[in-house]
Amino acid sequence: MIQPYARQLRACGLLVVIVLITQAQAQAQPGSRLWATGGVTTVEGSAGGGLVPWALLSGYASDTEWGGTLALSRAELDDFTLGFTGVSLNWRNRFELSAGRQTLDLDTLGAALGQDELRQDIYGLKVRLTGDVLYGRYGQWSLGLQHKRNREFAVPAAVGARHDTGTDAFLAGSKLFFAALMNRNVLANVTLRGTKANQGGLLGFGGDQGDDYEAMLEASLGIFLDRRWLAGVEYRQKPDNLGFAEEHDWYDLFLVWLPDRRLAVTAAWVNLGDIAGLSDQRGAYLSLQGSF
Amino acid sequence: MSNLTILERPWPLLLLLTLATLGCQNHSPSPTETRATAEQNASAGAGLATADQSADLYDALGKRDGIERLVEDLMHFIVDDKRIAPQFKGLNVERFHSNLSDQICELAGGPCQYEGMAMTESHHGITETQFNALVEDLILAMEKNGIATGTQNRLLAKLAPLHPAIVDR
Ligand code: HEM
Repeated sequence: MIQPYARQLRACGLLVVIVLITQAQAQAQPGSRLWATGGVTTVEGSAGGGLVPWALLSGYASDTEWGGTLALSRAELDDFTLGFTGVSLNWRNRFELSAGRQTLDLDTLGAALGQDELRQDIYGLKVRLTGDVLYGRYGQWSLGLQHKRNREFAVPAAVGARHDTGTDAFLAGSKLFFAALMNRNVLANVTLRGTKANQGGLLGFGGDQGDDYEAMLEASLGIFLDRRWLAGVEYRQKPDNLGFAEEHDWYDLFLVWLPDRRLAVTAAWVNLGDIAGLSDQRGAYLSLQGSF
Repeated sequence: MSNLTILERPWPLLLLLTLATLGCQNHSPSPTETRATAEQNASAGAGLATADQSADLYDALGKRDGIERLVEDLMHFIVDDKRIAPQFKGLNVERFHSNLSDQICELAGGPCQYEGMAMTESHHGITETQFNALVEDLILAMEKNGIATGTQNRLLAKLAPLHPAIVDR
């Protein structure tokens, strides 16, 4: 009973911090990279869209600066609620470090399983290998790691997961095409991920139907309506290692509003497919990000 | 295993295809772009409809006058920008204004010729941070001059290729 309440308090606290950051010192800008070139915070903490990490590094630090982000995200699905709270640091637009907690509230299944939620901690590292999303002829390329640790493993173990920790590795490429479509700038991203994670890791790693790393393709395409509005679509391919229920690929349609560098608000419609046997988990996603 | 999955689900391939198409679009103006800019530029006469699209970028920027006003505002933003103002100390203001106006005018397809130094000669030790700062100031100056988003993007598309010659590596 106390648990969800404490989490709500923490979330409110973070919200207050985000608002404070965005209000503090109207003059102080978080960094010099152009608007939205840090993307927003994914549900796993790496900079990207909502579901797919991009080659962009978080926040706005350029080559002589450092910075970071705080983010709070929530997706209200038919039978689950997916949440993420996290922080990231960017050093000289070269390294991105992130840490956060992901939760899946078992709204419908909770009573049957005797557990309210699944939680995992995610630590991320991203390195910009080469290029620049705006000025690189071949865009920007980054290599990333996401180390995930389940905090509750009883449910994943019961459905056949092999490990309570796992590490995803990915290579991502992002490029902005100036004036590409009706004179609007278009942001394209492709990510190749090696992973064993079931439902991103919330249902553990590996399973009765496979315990090897598999290559998954993820992609997104967005268009800047102007420098404050980015609309787009994402796709994320997923493995299917657990015999008890089929796992589906993820999709979303998103709209990001950036009133200025310090704040990004992302709204999306997400489709996470079947989760743990409950079909067609769709819903609305909302994410707030403050940059410093 | 995963290759099979990719074949079963054509979505990512479709996205990649779209991507490739966009890549090509970037190099040669598409009919859509030409149409869009013709619409945007209500003052364009019948003759301009067939002109190459960079010529109407010059018009959309307000011709030579508009470009000179833009560069003047840009210089004001630069002076107020702590990240880059020190670089411009002791600048020959008139020469910079006329050379940069010429350069933008020429890139936009206008009847001008840039006669200043090569970008590699006039820029030394410029960081990404400074480059980003200047582009930000340029965008703010374009906004101040009421230049439409599409026109801003087209000018940025012309300037982006100068990046390797300006930033130190
Ligand atoms: C898109 C980016 C840029 C463009 C198109 C551009 C263009 C120009 C042009 C046309 C000139 C005149 C050259 C001449 O008079 O012969 C110039 C000079 C200069 N630029 Fe840039 N520039 C850019 C970025 C920068 C940045 C980021 C800085 C530093 C913060 C910078 C600092 C200077 C300085 C100090 C001069 C004067 C050089 C001199 O007169 O000796 N520029 N630039």
